Amino acid sequence: MSEQQNKGFVREINGPIVTIDLPGIRSGEQVRIGELGLVGEVISLAGREAVVQTYESTDGVRPGEPAEGLGWPLSVELGPGLLGEIFDGIQRPLEKIALESGDYIRRGLALPGLDREKRWEFEPNPELAPGQSIGPGTVLGTVQETETIQHKILVPPDLTGELTELAPGGEYRVEDSIAHLRDAQGHSRHLTLFHRWPVRKPRPYRQRDDGISPLITGQRVIDSFFPQLKGGKGAVPGPFGAGKTVVQQQIARWSNADIVIYVGCGERGNELVDVLESFPQLEDPYTGRKLMEKTLLVANTSNMPVVAREASVYVGLTMAEYYRDMGYDVVMLADSTSRWAEALREVSGRLGQMPVEEGYPAYLASRLAAIYERAGRVETYHAGAGSVTLIGAVSPPGGDFSEPVTSHTKDIIETFWALSKELADARHYPSIDWVTSFSGHVQAAAEWWHKEVDRHWQSRRTEALALLARDAELSRIVNLVGPEALSDAQRWQLEGASLIKEGVLQQSALDEVDTFCSPQKQFALLDLALSTYDKGMTLIEIGVPVSHLQDLPQLAKARRCKSMYTSEQVASINDLAREIDEAFESIRLEYAKQHTDD
Amino acid sequence: MSIKEYRTASEVRGGLILVRDTPGVAFGDRVRISDGRGGTRDGQVIRASNEEVMILVFEGTDDLDLEAVWVRFLDEPVEIALSPEILGRELNGLGEPRDGRPPILSHIRRPVGGSAINPAARSYPREFIQTGISTIDGLNSLVRGQKLPIFSGSGLPHNRLAAQIVRQAKLKDEDSSFSIVFAAMGVSYADAKFFRDEFASSGVLRNVVMFVNLADDPPVERLTLPRTALTAAEYLAYDLDRHVLVVMTDMTYYAEALREVATAKGDVPARKGYPGYLYSDLAEIYERCGRIHERHGSITMMPVVSMPSDDITHPIPDLTGYITEGQIVLSRELQNQGIYPPVHISPSLSRLMKDGIGKDDTREDHPKVAAQLYALYARALETRNLASIIGADELSERDRRYLKFADDFDQRFVGQGESEDRSIEATLNLAWELMSAFPRDALIRLSETEIAKYYQGDSG
Repeated sequence: MSEQQNKGFVREINGPIVTIDLPGIRSGEQVRIGELGLVGEVISLAGREAVVQTYESTDGVRPGEPAEGLGWPLSVELGPGLLGEIFDGIQRPLEKIALESGDYIRRGLALPGLDREKRWEFEPNPELAPGQSIGPGTVLGTVQETETIQHKILVPPDLTGELTELAPGGEYRVEDSIAHLRDAQGHSRHLTLFHRWPVRKPRPYRQRDDGISPLITGQRVIDSFFPQLKGGKGAVPGPFGAGKTVVQQQIARWSNADIVIYVGCGERGNELVDVLESFPQLEDPYTGRKLMEKTLLVANTSNMPVVAREASVYVGLTMAEYYRDMGYDVVMLADSTSRWAEALREVSGRLGQMPVEEGYPAYLASRLAAIYERAGRVETYHAGAGSVTLIGAVSPPGGDFSEPVTSHTKDIIETFWALSKELADARHYPSIDWVTSFSGHVQAAAEWWHKEVDRHWQSRRTEALALLARDAELSRIVNLVGPEALSDAQRWQLEGASLIKEGVLQQSALDEVDTFCSPQKQFALLDLALSTYDKGMTLIEIGVPVSHLQDLPQLAKARRCKSMYTSEQVASINDLAREIDEAFESIRLEYAKQHTDD
Repeated sequence: MSIKEYRTASEVRGGLILVRDTPGVAFGDRVRISDGRGGTRDGQVIRASNEEVMILVFEGTDDLDLEAVWVRFLDEPVEIALSPEILGRELNGLGEPRDGRPPILSHIRRPVGGSAINPAARSYPREFIQTGISTIDGLNSLVRGQKLPIFSGSGLPHNRLAAQIVRQAKLKDEDSSFSIVFAAMGVSYADAKFFRDEFASSGVLRNVVMFVNLADDPPVERLTLPRTALTAAEYLAYDLDRHVLVVMTDMTYYAEALREVATAKGDVPARKGYPGYLYSDLAEIYERCGRIHERHGSITMMPVVSMPSDDITHPIPDLTGYITEGQIVLSRELQNQGIYPPVHISPSLSRLMKDGIGKDDTREDHPKVAAQLYALYARALETRNLASIIGADELSERDRRYLKFADDFDQRFVGQGESEDRSIEATLNLAWELMSAFPRDALIRLSETEIAKYYQGDSG
């Protein structure tokens, strides 16, 4: 690509922002700076000068040091060997960097994203033969990347032509040529197991489709109350300590996506280590294989260079789109988009751009929207439907949801899981607040639930939310005048809401049994809480005192049964429902007898 | 190598000097400034071009005469000399002695800026540290390699608590103690003296290195002090294989110094005048703690953050909370009731607790006991609010039990003596004693087996 490499020199260093003198360089082009060869990207041009944001610390760089344009924009390598890896914000493999430079990341290292030596067993597509015309997304063959993931080798989206040669099955390294094509100009191009794609350019597809099936996460408050479709976009805002990271990690662990991409963007190093150490041990509930086989991590921890933080989200998205193009359902978690926005703010501040809200530049909203728009369910060129679900954590300063990043995000996304400090303080996890959260996918999800689980799903969900709303209202009264002011029926409503909160909504990520909950078990628990409430209400209507019901030992059991029975033991939950029925029935009989005796 | 020296200082403002026509000066390099009257000051290049260089002066720019100033570029980064001799010493933010003893001489010199730990080289912290304080050990456990700040306010006993933790912290069933790195930024003479006396009287002084910048010392030096201290901590942990506990007080003064310099530089302010990069800047400090594969030592960090006007949403505690692995929050209300340590458990949290406690680490019931206590206390606080509105007499019997629990919990579980070192077993047993005031069915966060084993009440 870069026949004439550009050379110039450094003029000024201002933290991660470096001004270089280099005529003819293009906006967005990659640059290497100084003797160390620090990597950067051109963000603006003025005459001979270009402003570069560097992905590495500029300590020790002097004015007058060389600067060199590389001729291409920030790109990632797409091919087998991505899964199970941990990359930095510009797709350098961190485990290899550790071998090369020790515990700390040395600057100026130029390691490729994909392993050059590893050999992959390539199986050519039997339907292809020389002479055929091929184009974007044509499947040239397959490589078994991990036990469960078959990696399709695709023709890059910007190439079309006539296939002149396809390599036979066998072992190849990523740079080995596996096919040749002749393009419209008659040039011969060779194709390898991987190709590069610029991260800021969304990968093309045939057309967009509507989402049809929910992303099952095994988390009750998400799946049963605020569902997310595959291909949807959601946000998890919450103050610190509300449990954003746990929610994201639970989705990464238990969702029924084919591929999980976890982007740690400006967050804690130890959280990524947690994923790195635990995922190779944990089993995927859908395939029985180790979770790490379908996961890849992008890490720019909070102490890593801030400019690479801005890039990390795009790097993650491009890899997500690549697996989508193979026909997979991909979920990408970005923790946290606020740190991405702050990186944007830091760069714009150093460029002296006019800030609009809280120091953020005017283009915050449009950049944010453009990121979320890369999620979606699409029809790929040749691999059927695929999807990218994007879930972003938001870290509002002071927990204030009206701040710019949260409010702009809210305008774009479809599912909003708002975390509440109050719930977290009471250790009610996940602390997703049922009053302020919403999902635009309930109707679509209902079709799936009614077909796959139970046709009463939507009505049960509505009843539960109504009861929770009633609970909030009654709690206000209690706080003003005390519980004595409530009638027995009202007190039973409080009890019913508490059954839903403790028996259904609360779910412990640390409890071995409860950490994942199948849709069947989710519905059984919801139904158990509601039918207990309904039954009790009929007793109260005939005059049974509420205290009589509150003391039933079965109520404690109903609260505990989420961690007593696994997803395979739904029958036992239904047994408990019957046991509660019987207990209520005997209270009813006893009560009726007393009253006839009187 | 020629040392470059210039008399072309063109501007002085708020801790910064601008020098003109200085070709080839490296960004981040160390600078020596001579004031023309025999005094020298230290500085660092924070913006560099051939036409102009901006220098941060650690000792501040008061009394500098532009005409008389000489600036010398030392062609090296800001570094600290390190040797085992640093233990027992008191140094300033640049690693120079404050204790009247000779400077540290060593061929080992490290740049204080540090660099980012490769996340792939980290190992997950999971060794429980017993601090002997129930609210921490039982409910917000600290593990080796964690960063757990104390959020406090003026007049609250954060220093006494930090000192108690330094005295008592140890691994369960192990006596190996910590080496202490103490970093004081902008604290009063009295506070610094309190710690010095504490370390002396508890006999740990020979295991402590103190980095001190007092309230009346130049604020700009506070910017480099935590970095210098952490460079020393990294040396102790990874070169000398020690387990290091870093106590930093007070991060709020650090951030204020950062704001002062940022304003002088003309950076775009984000919230409350703090620069947009406050988060990244704090993270560069906090993230230097942790555990690394195949290294024997570790760095555990306990920064003190005072919340301006007790406001936890103020940018400094807020951004700190987003970076650290939890927080211990002190409460003025508990303090006013005479409870020590006044730890408010509801907003307190330890994120790394989950892998450091339980059957193999503390006791099998620990995780659920903690969850249950939190749930009971949350409900008890609601009841206390209710009682303050409608009067305790109007409460049901059930609610009165919660009310009593709230008081017992505050007095007996939260409250403990300043020299009282409770074992984790004692903490958990006390928890069971308090929980046994409730009937079994109210304790739904606990498993039935745990209740059968530890429950001490007699009611059904």
